[in-house]
Amino acid sequence: MKITVNGTAEETAAMTLDALLIEQGYGEAKVATALNENFIPAALRPEQRLSSGDRVEIVAPRQGG
Amino acid sequence: MPIYYDTEIKSRLMLGTAQYPSPAILAEAFKRSGADIATVSVRREAGDERAGQAFWDMIGDLGVHVLPNTAGCHSVREAVTTAQMARELFDTSWIKLEVIGHADTLQPDPFGLVEAARILTDDGFQVFPYCTEDLVLCERLVEAGCRVLMPWGAPIGTGLGLNNIYGLRSLRAHFPDLPLVIDAGLGLPSQAAHAMELGYDAVLLNTAVAKAGDPAAMAEGFARALEAGRLGFKADPMEPRDMAAPSTPVLGRAFT
Repeated sequence: MKITVNGTAEETAAMTLDALLIEQGYGEAKVATALNENFIPAALRPEQRLSSGDRVEIVAPRQGG
Repeated sequence: MPIYYDTEIKSRLMLGTAQYPSPAILAEAFKRSGADIATVSVRREAGDERAGQAFWDMIGDLGVHVLPNTAGCHSVREAVTTAQMARELFDTSWIKLEVIGHADTLQPDPFGLVEAARILTDDGFQVFPYCTEDLVLCERLVEAGCRVLMPWGAPIGTGLGLNNIYGLRSLRAHFPDLPLVIDAGLGLPSQAAHAMELGYDAVLLNTAVAKAGDPAAMAEGFARALEAGRLGFKADPMEPRDMAAPSTPVLGRAFT
């Protein structure tokens, strides 16, 4: 299935957001997620199913002003 | 010292964490200035870098309060979702709300800012809005639930100082009990002292410190200026006057 992850087109076999994070190598990394511009809390990732064309954002803490 | 949403802070300086020459210099700037709040952001990880965890660990070592921002967001939707992601990542309901309205000046979009502030307040956030000094905008933000206001001094990263003294003074007069923080545009400690002399509660800096030749020394300079300006404000300054008035006694002068 084709989805977009952090602005880049990707082919994924992951059926859920949780599975996508593992597939992308994030594992236990400290990240937050959004699906199609909506925040998805960490606790809901295992049941959040992915569909073709979805836009996923995966963000981490960073320097800021 | 300032109290933001029932949390008392030990310093009048909020310090950004971006653009420093190294993490060690960033840490030294916090140490020498005594800044008690660090602003941070959320961003996509670049490649397999996984820099987020290292940055998070470093911020934890600073032992300060963390204020996440929504920097770079140009719409209400982006800002709200970014704030929600930041709340989970940083485990705080504080959010420095930025909804940018113009690409050149990076000035806030006042309409989007009020809408986003209302949504986030209703969602349990404690909002620190990056705003202009416009009185009506600030009244709307307070109506939306903001208990802190953060008007700009000048556009982000310019170092131009306090561009609208009248507007900032007017804002202070209209909101005597609300914490007011100058956010953005400062370049020199003297400008921070001026903000204190106007009765402001704090300033938020990043570029002025991070891009100085010696960031840690500049951070300390700002901290001292804030202390000096605040002392001056509390000491009830004299009224300026146009005509000279001798300070040395006239009576008893020789040769008269």
